[in-house]
Amino acid sequence: MEPLLNHYLLVSGALFAIGLLGVIVRRNLLIIYMSLELMLNAANVALVAMSRFNGNLDGQVMVFFIITVAAAEVSVGLALIVALYRKRQTADVEDLATMKL
Amino acid sequence: MLFNIFAGLAVLSALLVVLNPLSRNPVTSAMFLVITMISISGLFVLLGAYFLAAVQILVYAGAVMVLFLFVIMLLDLQEIARRKLNLVSLAMGILAVGALFLVYKSSLESTYGEASQQHEVAADADQAEATTAKVVGSTQALGQALFSVGNGFILPFEIVSVLLLVAMVGVILLSRKEPG
Amino acid sequence: MNIAAWLILLLPLFSAVVIGLGAFRSRKVSAAISVGAVVGSFLLTLLLIRAGGELRTSVTWLEFEGLQIDIGLQIDTLSKLMLCVVTGIGGLIHIFSLGYMKEDMDFSRYFAFLSLFVFSMIGIVLADNFVMMFIFWELVGISSYLLIGFWFDKSSAADAAKKAFLTNRVGDFGFLIGILMVWAALGSVGFADLSNALSGETAAVTGLAGFLIFCGAMGKSAQFPLHVWLPDAMEGPTPVSALIHAATMVAAGVYMLCRVFFLIDGTWAMEAIAWIGGLTSLMAALMAVQQDDIKRILAYSTLSQLGYMVMAVGLGSPDAAMFHLSTHASFKALLFLGAGSVIVALHHEQDIWKMGGLRDRMPRTYWTFFIGTMALCGVPLFSGFFSKEAIIDVALQSNLLLFLVAVFVALLTTFYMTRLFIVAFMGEPRSAQAKRAKESPALMTVPLLVLAVPSVLAGYYNAHAPNPLVLCASLVMLVFGMLVANTVYSGAKADPLPARFVWLAKAMRGRFWFDEMYQWLIDRVQENLAKLAEAIDRRVIAGLMVRGTHGTTELAGRVLRLTQTGNLKAYAFWFAIGMAALLVFTLS
Repeated sequence: MEPLLNHYLLVSGALFAIGLLGVIVRRNLLIIYMSLELMLNAANVALVAMSRFNGNLDGQVMVFFIITVAAAEVSVGLALIVALYRKRQTADVEDLATMKL
Repeated sequence: MLFNIFAGLAVLSALLVVLNPLSRNPVTSAMFLVITMISISGLFVLLGAYFLAAVQILVYAGAVMVLFLFVIMLLDLQEIARRKLNLVSLAMGILAVGALFLVYKSSLESTYGEASQQHEVAADADQAEATTAKVVGSTQALGQALFSVGNGFILPFEIVSVLLLVAMVGVILLSRKEPG
Repeated sequence: MNIAAWLILLLPLFSAVVIGLGAFRSRKVSAAISVGAVVGSFLLTLLLIRAGGELRTSVTWLEFEGLQIDIGLQIDTLSKLMLCVVTGIGGLIHIFSLGYMKEDMDFSRYFAFLSLFVFSMIGIVLADNFVMMFIFWELVGISSYLLIGFWFDKSSAADAAKKAFLTNRVGDFGFLIGILMVWAALGSVGFADLSNALSGETAAVTGLAGFLIFCGAMGKSAQFPLHVWLPDAMEGPTPVSALIHAATMVAAGVYMLCRVFFLIDGTWAMEAIAWIGGLTSLMAALMAVQQDDIKRILAYSTLSQLGYMVMAVGLGSPDAAMFHLSTHASFKALLFLGAGSVIVALHHEQDIWKMGGLRDRMPRTYWTFFIGTMALCGVPLFSGFFSKEAIIDVALQSNLLLFLVAVFVALLTTFYMTRLFIVAFMGEPRSAQAKRAKESPALMTVPLLVLAVPSVLAGYYNAHAPNPLVLCASLVMLVFGMLVANTVYSGAKADPLPARFVWLAKAMRGRFWFDEMYQWLIDRVQENLAKLAEAIDRRVIAGLMVRGTHGTTELAGRVLRLTQTGNLKAYAFWFAIGMAALLVFTLS
């Protein structure tokens, strides 16, 4: 049976949910970052599927941009983590709650 | 068939990225993330987005994951990796995410459910037929969509290039040793 | 002519402003400007009177839906007469002040205030609508406050100024409400419009409004029960007492009543006004009998005469009231200035029992004071005679009881004025200062002489043959009063009355304990009200509302702060919950 749009969307939703779960559950900043990447990819899957089933290339263009921006985001984010680690000697979000009163 | 393999592989390895019962090691997570990326690019191929599939592997599985591994090695997070998972936060996370996912799923079913399946399929088939020609030459079509002046995306493309430049400068600034 | 009318109003203001802005550095320049301004206004007034006819000119100041407020001048017979009194007597008092205030440090400030006062007073006289009149009414209040409290380093003067201002405020409150009621009922504040609106209609709507408007006059003209400020206001310089508390400010109330007579005519307010006037005149005359301070005697006498005028208005004869107002203004100003002359000669001694024998030492003051006394007592052929007869005549025709009151007050007036005259001027000097007294300089005596002229003659422009009964009654009272006073006080060293009529004299000296009653009333009522207000402020407003708001906000803040854990995971959790809720909300 040929997979339909809702199957792709279901996969996309599952990936997004797993990514969100990672952000909530894990404490390691790097893993949280990977989870964020998962969520972005989930969105990509949904967009490409939509593009395919609606016969419109705009979705793919959007994914192209998302990949580019995600690459930039990862590089900046990882640089931030490195800088933070240098300063605080930790990559655990529970140790980084200085904004709390 | 291929869809099931790729989709299953993607979801399974994603789960192992986040909740690996055997290892808390970030390197393991990163490796599973690579598998997820490759599976997703497989899904892209199934969807006829060949160019994006290639980019996905090049950028994510290649560049981004290498960067991740590089940072993991740099920081040497062995000790932190041994910390235990907080069961309460796990329960709360599963509760929240489960709720979100169930709502999403039920809304999917009500939109693309069995009742409306039949003519949706027909419409999908027609549209797929009509767009096959375009989608076959996907890379060329994408290139035209991206770079054509007027109704294309040339301006956002240029702006994204500036964004990359800014990110590059920012990263250099951030990863410098503290001045003074 | 319009320009002349505006100039009359604006010259004194110009003077006050110029003195205030810089001319005060030079005593001579400020005095010259101030005197020049008021004399200029007087000359322009004479010009207007010569030109004759009525004059109205106005500019629109504010315009709302249903309310137009003009700054307008109304020059008719009434305001011309009053203008004459204000600028004429005001001018003489300015000149007198040049001598009286010669040694004062704040000479220039005094003249600036005087000009401001004259400006405000002319504003009241010329106003052609209620709002403008009220504005100048308040200006008169504030400038009289400044003048009474001119020697503000003397605590009694500062207190008297406060008392005068606050008492006036009580009356003005009623005045303002009255104005609003008139506006609400008739839809206009202009006198001409109101007069048109009322023609042919019964004035019943404005009964209460009329009485409230009279409350304003009650404050300014010091009628019972708001009369308490006037005697204390004698703390100001004596020319000020002459200007404000004899000739102009206290007359403003009567003038205003005459101006708006058409509004109150025929309402129950008339009855109330007449009785309040009668009561004031009787009470003040009784108080005057036992005062020892020369200025206070004159102050109570003023109260009493104002009561006459108000009574005349209440009995439906504003003409008689205005007649008495104008004659009274000249002879009472004369008396006050005479008293001022005596006070200066005696180095600010005001107790009449420390005077005596001034007849030979200050002949000009003596003779002019004599003329003033004769006029006040209503000796035939002096001005006061005609105007007082006119009022008593009105009383006889409309209210027998008030007629008797008026006649009795005439007797008392004669008695206390004769007492004052005999004790202060006749006999032997009873103090060292009185022995050394010398006649005042020409700058002070010339205004006295000038004022003596209208004091004698002012009655003739409106003279008419008096009612024989009235003539008889007042002549009997006059002779009787003079004889009694003469027997009691001729050659007396101290007042013999307190020994004979202990309680009566005590009550008179104590001014019937009005101040004490008000004090008691304020202690009881106002203090408790203030305590109540304080409790409400403290408990309800500060406690319940302000602290309650603050407490609720802080509590909400404390609760909400619990969610701000600073923990990334918690934020992600809430994000997921929120998104699920949003999806349910939008998709279901």
